[in-house]
Amino acid sequence: MISAPDVVAFTREEELEDDLYREPPLPEEYSVPLFPFAGQGANPWAKVAGSKFTRDFILISEFSEQVGPQPLLTIPDDAKVSGTFDLNYFSLRIMSVDYQASFVGHPPGSAYPKLNFVEDSKVVLGDSKEGAFAYVHHLTLYDLEARGFVRPFCMAYISADEHKIMQQFQELSAEFSKASECLKTGNRKAFANELEKKLKDLDYTRTVLHNETEQQKKANDKGYYTTQAIEKANELASVEKSIIEHQDLLRQIRSYPYRKLKESEFHPYEPECALDRADVGSDQDPTVSDPAEPGETHLYSHMPSYTPKLIKAKSAKCFDKKLKTLKELCDVYFFTQTLDQLHHIERTFRGDVCYLLTEQISRSLLKQQSVTNFLFEDVSFLDEKPPEKQYRGCQGLGQDAIDDKCLEESLAPKVVISLGSYKSSVECVPIKMEQEMEDSEEPKMSESTMSEHQENLDYLDADIKGSISSGESIEVLGTEKSGSGLTKSESQASLPVIPSPQAGRSKVGSRRTVSEDSIEVLSTCPSESLIPEDFKASYPSAINEEPYVDDDERGLRFTPRLNPGVDDGQDDVSKQESLVQVDAACCIGKESPNFLEPLPELGQKPCEEDGVVRIPPQPYRPAEQGLRGGFPSHDGLSGGLLPYELDSRYLAGSREVSKSSLDECSDSTSYISSAASTCSDRTPSPAHLACAAGERHRKRAGQNALRFIRQYPFAHPAIYSLLSGRTLVVLGEDEAMVKKLVTALSIFVPNCGVYAKPVKHWVTSPLHLVDFQKWKLIGLQRTVSPAGVNVLHALSRYSRYLSILDADSKTLRCPLYKGTVVARLADHRTQIKRGSTYYMHVQSILTQLCSKAFLFTFCHHLHLPISEREPEESVVNRRMNFLKLQLGLANEDIKIVQYLAELLKLHYIQEPGQGGNPLLRFDYVPSFLYKI
Amino acid sequence: MLRWLIGGGREPQGLAEKSSVQTIGEDQIQNPYTELLVLKGHQDIVRFLVQIDDCRFASAGDDGIIFLWNAQTGEKLYELHGHTHKITAIAPFSSSDGTEEKTDLIITASADRTVIVWDCTSGRQVRKVSCFHSTVKCLTVLQRLNVWLSGGSDLCVWNRKLDLLCKTSHLTDAGISALVELPKNCVAAAVGKELIIFRLNASSNGSEGWNVLEVKRLVDHQDNISSLVSVNDLTFVTGSHVGELIVWDALDWTKQASECNFWDSSVHPDVQQEIKLSQSPNETSVQHVTSDEECVFAAVGKGIYVYNLQMKRVIACQRTAHDSSVLHIEKLPNRQLISCSEDGSVRIWELRERQQLPAEPVPTGFFNMWGFGRANKQANQAAKKMQENTPMYFLELVGDLIGHSSAVQMFLYFGELGLATCSADHLIILWKDGERESSLRSLALFKKLAQNGDLQLKL
Repeated sequence: MISAPDVVAFTREEELEDDLYREPPLPEEYSVPLFPFAGQGANPWAKVAGSKFTRDFILISEFSEQVGPQPLLTIPDDAKVSGTFDLNYFSLRIMSVDYQASFVGHPPGSAYPKLNFVEDSKVVLGDSKEGAFAYVHHLTLYDLEARGFVRPFCMAYISADEHKIMQQFQELSAEFSKASECLKTGNRKAFANELEKKLKDLDYTRTVLHNETEQQKKANDKGYYTTQAIEKANELASVEKSIIEHQDLLRQIRSYPYRKLKESEFHPYEPECALDRADVGSDQDPTVSDPAEPGETHLYSHMPSYTPKLIKAKSAKCFDKKLKTLKELCDVYFFTQTLDQLHHIERTFRGDVCYLLTEQISRSLLKQQSVTNFLFEDVSFLDEKPPEKQYRGCQGLGQDAIDDKCLEESLAPKVVISLGSYKSSVECVPIKMEQEMEDSEEPKMSESTMSEHQENLDYLDADIKGSISSGESIEVLGTEKSGSGLTKSESQASLPVIPSPQAGRSKVGSRRTVSEDSIEVLSTCPSESLIPEDFKASYPSAINEEPYVDDDERGLRFTPRLNPGVDDGQDDVSKQESLVQVDAACCIGKESPNFLEPLPELGQKPCEEDGVVRIPPQPYRPAEQGLRGGFPSHDGLSGGLLPYELDSRYLAGSREVSKSSLDECSDSTSYISSAASTCSDRTPSPAHLACAAGERHRKRAGQNALRFIRQYPFAHPAIYSLLSGRTLVVLGEDEAMVKKLVTALSIFVPNCGVYAKPVKHWVTSPLHLVDFQKWKLIGLQRTVSPAGVNVLHALSRYSRYLSILDADSKTLRCPLYKGTVVARLADHRTQIKRGSTYYMHVQSILTQLCSKAFLFTFCHHLHLPISEREPEESVVNRRMNFLKLQLGLANEDIKIVQYLAELLKLHYIQEPGQGGNPLLRFDYVPSFLYKI
Repeated sequence: MLRWLIGGGREPQGLAEKSSVQTIGEDQIQNPYTELLVLKGHQDIVRFLVQIDDCRFASAGDDGIIFLWNAQTGEKLYELHGHTHKITAIAPFSSSDGTEEKTDLIITASADRTVIVWDCTSGRQVRKVSCFHSTVKCLTVLQRLNVWLSGGSDLCVWNRKLDLLCKTSHLTDAGISALVELPKNCVAAAVGKELIIFRLNASSNGSEGWNVLEVKRLVDHQDNISSLVSVNDLTFVTGSHVGELIVWDALDWTKQASECNFWDSSVHPDVQQEIKLSQSPNETSVQHVTSDEECVFAAVGKGIYVYNLQMKRVIACQRTAHDSSVLHIEKLPNRQLISCSEDGSVRIWELRERQQLPAEPVPTGFFNMWGFGRANKQANQAAKKMQENTPMYFLELVGDLIGHSSAVQMFLYFGELGLATCSADHLIILWKDGERESSLRSLALFKKLAQNGDLQLKL
């Protein structure tokens, strides 16, 4: 698969280790120092030693027809970011592997130039010399003045960490698709605009020419045509032709397949934008061809109406002309939108890959708990569009099911693509596997595409050869297709799945791929999943030598989704189960049997089909791909084992937590954090934009909470009050101290809805009943003034609804707590040191509580009689037995679960639009006074 | 509690321990109300709550706005604007003609000297009458006759279509403070210290004409009559500001029995009359009277008294039931009694039979049979005798509801649905049985699950 083996750089620690074991050490002079930057206080685990930039960044480049590949801008827009990294050089490299079918012009057999609506291509490139790895997203924008009307661009996410690129491929691809879609939408508008102007110009020119010809005709009665007249007539004819051509172009640009846009994931933008698209979309209607689109009018309302110009006969493209900038190409609004999106991408993916992964795992798990997650989590960020691959993770395991070709054919509708030339030239990049070429011939291929295909193939071939002959090799390390070829042999061999030999083998395989001076195409887009089903058939994925085996599989993957109703439920479940089995084996190896027996605590709907819950979290997928050998180079690197280790850790960790050993938990979490310190990136890892601020808050809250439980022996009843929905008032003179306590305690407060936490940090006026409905944790000022006495009077009056923590005298007045849950939640002898660790510990126990509450809430017989005649008492008995025996709750813990269950019910019943009256539940229980 | 808060760390020592008001700890097993909903909307004191049907009620107060609420969900159904001053009286008027379907109306009277009839189904104003010379202070609907009466400085009789059928002459400037329906087409109106009985006669000529005639004036009360309530077809009860309670025969309007000196206690049974009168009138005023078949329950000052009609004496009392005047009491079917007070609390009492002989007998000075014309001492002795051979009762505090920050003006008992209280703090609170609500929510949840097709029952 790979050409000549290269010299392996010995900068990677684990390879060095290997060599130390197996081979005699190299002479001193040949060895490369391990950590060249160690002296500068850099992170010794950092793998960026070889890279010349300090952090991940996004690069936008263009293959300019005038000067060739050139970098346009970087995000973040800071010279320091790229450092000594040669952007020009890298642009050249990434632009040289544009696999897009970007043919525009006069296709044979067609009278007019034809626009192609080309899908973006998505590839992963590696440059080991630069120590840079990039996700590269190629796209084409239209420019009337450009050659063939197209301007090839690319956006690249450049990181020193190959794993990040590989594992976040889906997410990157989804995010960049949004950016690209935005650019292209803007570009289409601008292009259409430009065409209209041009048409007006041409029209005007034609009128002028026509008049001139008429005049000449009149003036000339000699009976023969002068050369002038002939010239004029020719000119007129060419203008007419040009008009027809341009009209055709306009029609084409307007007939852009908007149905694609209806696919949900292509809608990242504001309603404005959507509206805009809708407007554009309405132009599809052939009868309506309103030249001034409504969307446009609102965007350009300030623009004066266009006055046409005369077009010179031979105003051919000239090279001294300045090409339009990207901003001009896409119009300002969309350009800024795109920049925003790219900034968003940068912020989302910066930091260490471990961090991103854990974040994704927890997010996906959280998302599964759709009923309970509002209680203790900040669910606002969950609303965001997921990166569209929900089912791939588990269903990708259908890989081994072979007999699905026919399935696919029957299920996936074959759509004949009207825009003929989707077929990408690149499918046939003849790097290797040429023998498989024949297989790749698609039965659906039309005549024209065939020829195009050939042409482009030549073109690309030359291109690549050129680069090879220049002494630098491009290595296609893996595509999804070629990867699947490998899979067959390797994954079958490794079905028992013992990770170590697998890893070893692929390491061997990958060794040679790390070449000194090369661009490595590590992966191309598995992006069929990103395209609507009907476009898939002829999607120009970069390298398609393989017959569409993979496609077929994907067809299968989609099946449960396509016709969930058709499937027999039982069947479905069992299928899913088997899938899970495989997956579990793949991902977490020996631990899988445990995983298959979901603990009762797991947030699973007992009444609903098991499949819902058993779908493993999506981020397993990258790891699993690596294991299957889809990307040979993948396992070769130090972090190669990390994903599954992380996964297993994660799962093991959660189980441990359920057995509740604080120390273990702190261990496992600290492991994660230490793993996170093998940072490929020297920037901090905020990971998710929305939680960036929340992160800091959590850390602080966790720290404060830790201090609180160590400092106050009566932390348990206080926390119990919060968990059971009894408002806790923190009373004190010092605002800062009270606020600190409130922050600390706020992590224990269940949310009542999806809105902000019911926490009020500082109140100075007397409290009312309404406040206890709204707030479950209140910081209250104690003053000595008469007003202060009122405040205290109110407190004493409503003492029934309140627990009062006096921060000044360090006393607490609240009901007794004799349960066990809070003891685990807040052990004052805990070994946990870090605030964020403690926060996670709290989250895990609270999640456990949530799942108990979930089970309790959704068990029908616990709340309603089984038969009509059953007396109420027996239901109550059953309920209490369930709480005590099944859920193992003792004493006051029952009240916590009951309260959470009540919140779940309210949340579930509540109609979306309706705010719902906040209600206050309370108990008549005596309070006690706790002192230090 | 308060002391603890102020003192910061000392043992909590309830203020209640020292006060004579009976208190109940936080352990209230019998109190079913463990959930509450606060209904906000009013901008001034809420004085009236009136039930429309099984699950709706209306509230009105000094802001002149009438709100219609759903008693189950606490949902605000309508907000009725029309009055410019505070509401002085409100009465439900559900009318069902043979032809029409049943319409729920409410009639409201306001200090702006108007009366408006509202349709509760549509939330619209049906009609407005503004021909009054004075504020209408009370409204009564005579369902039997399909007419309603308004009482101000005069008494007017209206039919359903708001036609004035007849009216009395100007009575007093103070006006009628209470009206109650009596048998034989009669009504009793409390006008100051007097109780005036009116009779409605069908006029001879018109089909729907009525004449109203003053039949009798009863002047037995020494002070203004503050409450007037009908017990059954044969009896009605009045209470006055100085603590007189008189039981009347509803047919011949004679005094059956009377009770006064409610404020008195066994501690000083022989205090002089002058001293009694010097007591603050609020201490002895009969604020509200309610009854069931057997007993009349009177809210007198801060206390609650249970007067047995058969035995013609007070059988149980709680002299200081609240910290402040009791404004409204109501008897529940289950031997329970609810009272609300100016101190902002609502208390639930249960009438219980005392097992052993009373350690502290009911004050003897309470009992006075005017009808027999006996001397005080004899009466006392008779009472003592009675006590010995009849079972003793007492009012046990079984729960209190603390929520309002100001006087609780009135409450409305909705049975299973709970209890609505209204207060001077502009709020209405719906108190609910938490257990019941919880199971209702479960029911709703499984209904919704079933609707979504997510429910799988495996038996």
